Amino acid sequence: MNSIQPESQTLPKPIPNGPVAAALLACGFGCFALGVLAVAADGSKRLADALNFYNPSGALSGVTGVAIALWLIAWAVLAGLWKHKTVALVKVSATAFLLLALSLLLTFPPFGDLLLGR
Amino acid sequence: MEITQRELITAIHGMLFGGFFLMGIFGAIVMLLEGRPEASASEQPVSRWRTIYLTVAVALGWAAVLSGAYIIYPWYRAAAPAGADLTLYPKYLLTAHASTAGWHNFGMEWKEHVAWIAPMAMTTVAYVMLRHRASWNADRAVRIAVLGFATTAFLAATIAGGWGAMINKAAPVRGGNTIQLMRSAP
Repeated sequence: MNSIQPESQTLPKPIPNGPVAAALLACGFGCFALGVLAVAADGSKRLADALNFYNPSGALSGVTGVAIALWLIAWAVLAGLWKHKTVALVKVSATAFLLLALSLLLTFPPFGDLLLGR
Repeated sequence: MEITQRELITAIHGMLFGGFFLMGIFGAIVMLLEGRPEASASEQPVSRWRTIYLTVAVALGWAAVLSGAYIIYPWYRAAAPAGADLTLYPKYLLTAHASTAGWHNFGMEWKEHVAWIAPMAMTTVAYVMLRHRASWNADRAVRIAVLGFATTAFLAATIAGGWGAMINKAAPVRGGNTIQLMRSAP
């Protein structure tokens, strides 16, 4: 008579996908920040000078350094927020891919020049 | 048979770090295309070789971009003094002629930024595959997303590596001490 078990005992416990979603979205955001900073530094001498963290490498050092810092901060924040949560992964990964695609586009010099009106 | 110090370090950057990173991403894509592992696999720890493989692949990616940005690029873009031999200043050698300026204005401008996307995406791939294997095994959306990131890393590394090889062919980074690799026959 005890052959039917409660649902909670028969269904496997769902695995939270929050940490995976956090890693994907943070990476998309970091790459997008890289693209935005690359175009912005190309268009503004003032910003390029501000991002010149290591003179032999020029603004590249600041563009990449800031983008990596933003990526890691975003990852830490999102990982903390979504640690035990299950989120809409399809939506999150679609957003991450959109950001990734935009970052590839922004690093393509003719597109950057187009945005800067050259 | 001789090579200059800068040529050797540039070769290590491109052929060792960059080349093996590209192969590493390709291997990871093959791993991801194997499809969903058996259900019991999610209970087992990640194999030691897979951990080593992905960790080394990620390390190679970061070594490639960091050595490129902080060692090779400063040599490439160093300002040429008036009257200097431009073969020691690749950026100025390329931009001195309209027929070669595109290697810098298009190729290097693209390569120097797009390259960084590859290790960032590959770090994410390795993190999910090593630290969240259960999620990767259980959810098809996770596997598709990770495969997409690995493909993006491969694309970015291919663009960067391809342009790097072509730019270094048009205007090689040279200079520094000469290293004798082999004595020539008299």
